[in-house]
Amino acid sequence: MKAFSYERAHSPAEAAAIVGRTQGARFIAGGTNLLDLMKLQIETPTHLVDVNHLGLDKIEATPEGGLRIGALVRNTDLAADRRVRKDYALLSRALVAGASGQLRNKATTAGNLLQRTRCPYFYDTNQPCNKRKPGSGCAAIGGINRSLAVIGASDACIATHPSDMAVAMRTLDAVVETVRADGATRAIPIAEFHTLPGDTPNVENSLAAGELITAVTLPRPIGGTHIYHKVRDRASYAFALVSVGAILQKDGTGRVAFGGVAPRPWRIEAAEAALAQGAKAAAALAFAGAKPTEQNKFKLVLAERTLAAAIAEARA
Amino acid sequence: MKFDKPAGTNPIDQLKVVGKPTPRIDGPLKTSGTAPYAYEQRDTPNAAYGYILGSAIAKGRITGMALGDAKAAPGVLAIVTAENAGKLGKGNFNTAKLLGGPDIEHYHQAIALVVAESFEQARAAASLIRVDYARDKGSFDLAAAKASAPLAKENGAETKVGDFAGAFAAAPVQLDATYTTPDHAHAMMEPHASIAAWNGDQLDLWTSNQMIAWSVADMAKTLGMPKEKIRMRSPFVGGGFGGKLFIRADVLLAALGAKAANRAVKVALPRPFIFNNTTHRPATIQRIRLGATRDGKLTAIGHESWSGDLPNGGPEGATAQTKLLYAGANRMTGLHLAVLDLPEGNAMRAPGEAPGLMALEVAMDELAEKLGIDPVDLRVINDTQVDPENPSRPYSQRQLNACLKIGADKFGWAKRARPGKVRDGRWLVGMGVAAAFRNNLVMKSAARVRLNAQGVVTVETDMTDIGTGTYTIVAQTAAEMLGVPLDKVVVKLGDSSFPVSAGSGGQWGANSATAGVYAACAKLREAVAQKLGVNSADAVFAGGKVKSGKRAVPLGEAAKNGEIVAEDAMEYGDLTKKYQQSTFGAHFVEVGVDAATAEIRIRRMLAVCAAGRILNPVSARSQVIGAMTMGAGAALMEELAVDKRFGFFVNHDLAGYEVPVHADMPHQEVIFLDETDPMSSPMKAKGVGELGICGVGAAVANAIYNATGVRVRDYPVTLDKLLEGMPEYA
Repeated sequence: MKAFSYERAHSPAEAAAIVGRTQGARFIAGGTNLLDLMKLQIETPTHLVDVNHLGLDKIEATPEGGLRIGALVRNTDLAADRRVRKDYALLSRALVAGASGQLRNKATTAGNLLQRTRCPYFYDTNQPCNKRKPGSGCAAIGGINRSLAVIGASDACIATHPSDMAVAMRTLDAVVETVRADGATRAIPIAEFHTLPGDTPNVENSLAAGELITAVTLPRPIGGTHIYHKVRDRASYAFALVSVGAILQKDGTGRVAFGGVAPRPWRIEAAEAALAQGAKAAAALAFAGAKPTEQNKFKLVLAERTLAAAIAEARA
Repeated sequence: MKFDKPAGTNPIDQLKVVGKPTPRIDGPLKTSGTAPYAYEQRDTPNAAYGYILGSAIAKGRITGMALGDAKAAPGVLAIVTAENAGKLGKGNFNTAKLLGGPDIEHYHQAIALVVAESFEQARAAASLIRVDYARDKGSFDLAAAKASAPLAKENGAETKVGDFAGAFAAAPVQLDATYTTPDHAHAMMEPHASIAAWNGDQLDLWTSNQMIAWSVADMAKTLGMPKEKIRMRSPFVGGGFGGKLFIRADVLLAALGAKAANRAVKVALPRPFIFNNTTHRPATIQRIRLGATRDGKLTAIGHESWSGDLPNGGPEGATAQTKLLYAGANRMTGLHLAVLDLPEGNAMRAPGEAPGLMALEVAMDELAEKLGIDPVDLRVINDTQVDPENPSRPYSQRQLNACLKIGADKFGWAKRARPGKVRDGRWLVGMGVAAAFRNNLVMKSAARVRLNAQGVVTVETDMTDIGTGTYTIVAQTAAEMLGVPLDKVVVKLGDSSFPVSAGSGGQWGANSATAGVYAACAKLREAVAQKLGVNSADAVFAGGKVKSGKRAVPLGEAAKNGEIVAEDAMEYGDLTKKYQQSTFGAHFVEVGVDAATAEIRIRRMLAVCAAGRILNPVSARSQVIGAMTMGAGAALMEELAVDKRFGFFVNHDLAGYEVPVHADMPHQEVIFLDETDPMSSPMKAKGVGELGICGVGAAVANAIYNATGVRVRDYPVTLDKLLEGMPEYA
């Protein structure tokens, strides 16, 4: 860990301004990911701006009939919120499928969206990794990559996004609200929030320098059966090999996003049109153009079968 | 005291304290966080912090090392490298050097220690060391190295009885299958950690170690100093599993750092460093050939195993159980050893048998199916009461068949159906069985016992408690021998100033160390009797008193003029040569496999164990359920993933190297057969800590086969290996 300085901001706009103008500054919220990465010298901020005490920890109804979730709402509180459990059960289920109770007590809504990948080569500073050190290469390609991406990746990076919550947010069409270093605010649809690696896998989202997430809003609830099916090697406290976040309606239509398969929550709206025809048809469209490795090609079969299980569960 | 005749009746047989379920006497210290583990002891409040830098390459040499920035970093007191550490030897139990450079033998081999005022400063400075390397091509792929791997040089690497080839060829039913097990990490909770302090030429060490005497000797050898000048203390150990049998980089570099900084230094290995820096259980490739008559009698048993290690390392003895477990006139085993430039392999809980049974007991399941014989029955049919390679040696005790039959009855084995036929909602359900087998080793072990005027008995031995419950069984033994309640016994462990014990390893600790305490207590009884002027043969030690005829004197009376001290060791004759001494068990497992995703979840487990006298059923059960959990991990998820290009274990943290969590282990039951083995020691006990893992992996794999009809021969059995063979799901 590199030595760093620390301060508490007094408002979201101030926090954004400080980080925007300070070279090497980062926001710190729950710290469940950033602190680990700092200890391993993967993240080396010189200055941390604490955003924990800015009043961003409320869940409020929106005039449009949705919910506005403060960026600092802890995963535990979000998963337990009565309105979330009733109208956005997918989100609640995805949250409790992730991490552990202790981590969920600390982890925040915004921080969860900004989790870094769990690719083992990203975690080892002796190894080449374009995400950690642009231009150094990708050791995962041709290495150990069973857990990594089958689609949406590039020749520079095959890392996956590890979040369960983000898969639910993508299915729910959430919108990310931010404040920028100059004080301006904007709303980013979740579909445009996480970016694909291309030649710059070090860039993972569309936030500008110093831009602070203040809230995530959910549109009006759309009903349906909410299913989050997370497949993993052990029963708890493991990242998804494949996950399916689905909202399925009685008429067979629905929405679905996949986790554990791509550099971002993987949702192909065109594939949803085929949901009524079954998992095989929908998965074929969702994973068209997939480029799995020998070690992770099973994910394509698994994603289809997991979707089939979700559809069966919704029908039951 | 020499143990060279079968044990007769002795004070332990009273079973007033020994054999009673006894909560661990060190439990309150642990649950209150006050047990001083190595890194936490407070004898050296001013200790500086050391942080280890590991090699970034697996094989090659350091061509340049720039220490300037690190030396100039805040708080830095000293930097130790091979260049400035002086001449270092190598311990008998180490394969690679604990401080590498300029030659690099494996990934994350320690190459420098930075000592600083704070841990954070030491870590930050370590990252400022710039190292240039010249990489050499290494050998990292066991499968690729297999063809050219010679027989290992170890005794017993190759055994042959009868005409295996002829009998196998002639057998009406044959099985020839190859199984693989991956490299495994001990993944103990407490990392390797040490504090070192020099006082002139005297070296004080607080560390986390299973074998104090071995490790003092290896520290002395490595540092080129007399072992009498080293005091090592390891009173509490947060798990070892074989990973702390030897000195590792933490303790050596703490000593070197303390010398360089002229100050006590503490060093803990960070979790992501442990997997490649320390030892692991080596991967194996195992070929098993079984030939049988149509009624299930084995006529040919062949087991060959390949593993790899660094030059001058050793093989994983995966054929060990196959020499002994089943009858059969024609047999062969062979252990092959390839040179691999991965981190060094060594013992992990039940070395040999644990991976060996993961193969052999699946082979038996496969053979049972070919024969159309129930897998429990096939094992019973092939029981032997003598060493099959040397039939003049009977087993001292062998109740494997009882374990199998009782287990089958308790588990509801009769309900097991044909593969793929049982469904419970979304789950395909199956049952599996495997035999458990682990040899019983006995080791010389000494102890010192003190009696004071208050009748308090203090036991001192360098024996360790690695979470197994040693404190408690040592106290039970002394209490039983001297007729005092448990709260009149004080147990002091893990200090090289105490008599040399068996240490904790190879599941020999419980029986051997308590036998040493037995010997010392027997001597103390004589001293007490003499002091009180009674005939020691007539004296009865009970209720805190010594009774002889009508006279009853408080035990402490004997020490009213001064503490009485007795020291002795238990040494062993040739009973282990005359009798084959082993421990036995049967594991039964029920699994569910998700019909859609092929996720595998254990539903229930049962172990039935025959392992001599159970000294403390509470801690013995704890050992067995822990071992069953570790076996489940080996079956389902544990694998050090080898990057065959760069030569290292990639998943080197506990996020990547998954071990079972509570949710993976819903229901475990353990049954101990009521048994004593008078050939093992006066305690008539054996070990269970390793028996518990033996066979578990195969029982899980066999249950998965029974659930799905898909046979996976490459561990861990993960869902990706099942998916292709699973029934369609739509």
